[in-house]
Amino acid sequence: MKVFRILVRNIKSAFKSVIRNFSLSFASIICTTITLILVSIAIIITANVNNFTKDLENDLTIMVFLDRNASIDDANIIRNELEEIKNVDSISFESKEDVKNEMKNESEIFNTIMDSWTEENNPLQHEFSLKVKDATIIRKTANQIKKIEKVDSVKYGEDIIDQMVNIFSVVQKATIGIVIALILVTAFLISNTIKLTIFSRKNEIEIMRLVGTSNVVIRLPFLFEGFILGIIGAIIPIVITIYGYMIIYEKTGGYLFSSMIKMIKPFNFVFQVSILLLIIGAVVGMISSYRSVRKYLKV
Amino acid sequence: MELIEVKNCYKIYKNGVTALADFNISIKKGDFVFIIGHTASGKSSLMKLLYREEKPTKGKVYIGGIDVTKLRNRKVYKLRRKIGIVFQDFKLLNKLNVFENVAFPLESMGIKKTEIKPKVLKALEMVGLKEKIHSFPNQLSGGEQQRVCIARAMINNPKVLICDEPTGNLDPETSKEIMKVIDNINKEMGTTIIMATHDKDIVNRMKKRVIVIEHGVLAGDYLKGKYKANESI
Repeated sequence: MKVFRILVRNIKSAFKSVIRNFSLSFASIICTTITLILVSIAIIITANVNNFTKDLENDLTIMVFLDRNASIDDANIIRNELEEIKNVDSISFESKEDVKNEMKNESEIFNTIMDSWTEENNPLQHEFSLKVKDATIIRKTANQIKKIEKVDSVKYGEDIIDQMVNIFSVVQKATIGIVIALILVTAFLISNTIKLTIFSRKNEIEIMRLVGTSNVVIRLPFLFEGFILGIIGAIIPIVITIYGYMIIYEKTGGYLFSSMIKMIKPFNFVFQVSILLLIIGAVVGMISSYRSVRKYLKV
Repeated sequence: MELIEVKNCYKIYKNGVTALADFNISIKKGDFVFIIGHTASGKSSLMKLLYREEKPTKGKVYIGGIDVTKLRNRKVYKLRRKIGIVFQDFKLLNKLNVFENVAFPLESMGIKKTEIKPKVLKALEMVGLKEKIHSFPNQLSGGEQQRVCIARAMINNPKVLICDEPTGNLDPETSKEIMKVIDNINKEMGTTIIMATHDKDIVNRMKKRVIVIEHGVLAGDYLKGKYKANESI
């Protein structure tokens, strides 16, 4: 009960302080708001890019064509070797006979031409199609496969994939960098607000100390204040995230630029982002006010 | 058993000023002691050692048998709850009214409102300010503000009341009233009073134990009524 009373008293006093130093609090809240909006955008972009690269990765296939003279036995040996490559997720094999039959089914002309081909003079190649686990090292994996004996060629849409993977990793790194920088700026501003609150309440703090108020009770209101600033600062970004994302999703029909880039479905996703924003706001607020309290509140 | 003991205390500030040098005093429970001396004689430093605002550079300070120099900073509040402090500048919170100012220590301790009220009323009655509970400090005279400060200091029923020049900002008549209040606290409640002052009239009139500090050194310790200040102190 006693702890509860102290807590209630501190929260009240923190709210009072936010209102009393309104201009200062307002500046911190605005800054937190702007930061969190950008953080939200960054999170949404990163999550969507991640989602999209994962889709892409799932679709990535390496085609491995064997030498024309390779037999089924050779193919089996190569299969074993492919299985040993760590990045290879799944392997499916088509013999030249299968390929021939497939092509024959596709058109009448192929059918008549290929009918005359026997196992020995079939000019087609045995082929493997592979799925990889990590698309970012697909080039390395392809090169590894090329070295295997009796492998004729390896195809995986090298250039486009390489470029995309590079762009995505740059985008991701840049957004993460920007988010960290913004969080630091916000932390600095909140900590500055708390510092000024501490200075403006120096008299009160001194009296509290002299009449025997414990350090925890003196410090708590400032921590709550940082917490409250962070939470209030998160409200607008959360609203913008939820409605903004839903509107964009609806307007675009869930695809960005082309049907290749599929967006994450808004439900659950926007709430997850919102909770994350709330947590970031609260934690940044608390940590930055804790910093100020430690630095400027000598009790 | 002595309630307060200061043993071989030195206080040398960072700027090299020696405020106290090899200082020894002991004060019994229920005593009323004046600490007198010129400005910058070390009075305030001694007071600050007692309520652990400062730590001595060397030496020990015992209050109720506890060595307060060993008290960690975050435990100091426990000591402060057992001693009352009255200041020359009152240190009241201007945005709180009289009742709230006196209730302030109890509220910050998380005590129930229903328990706070009778205690505050009792303390205000003791200093004769019960009818002004809704006034704000800037609506009170200096003497009244000092009484609020005394009521706040006494709210926890401390064993010791430390008064750092409580009449320093008051006229002689008001000073007399304040001294009456403090004397009553000493007599009726048995609270030990340690009071730093400049005011020789008060010292002469009250006839209490007097400790004289000069340049940070104990210059005299006069038992009850033995001190007579002729020159200014």
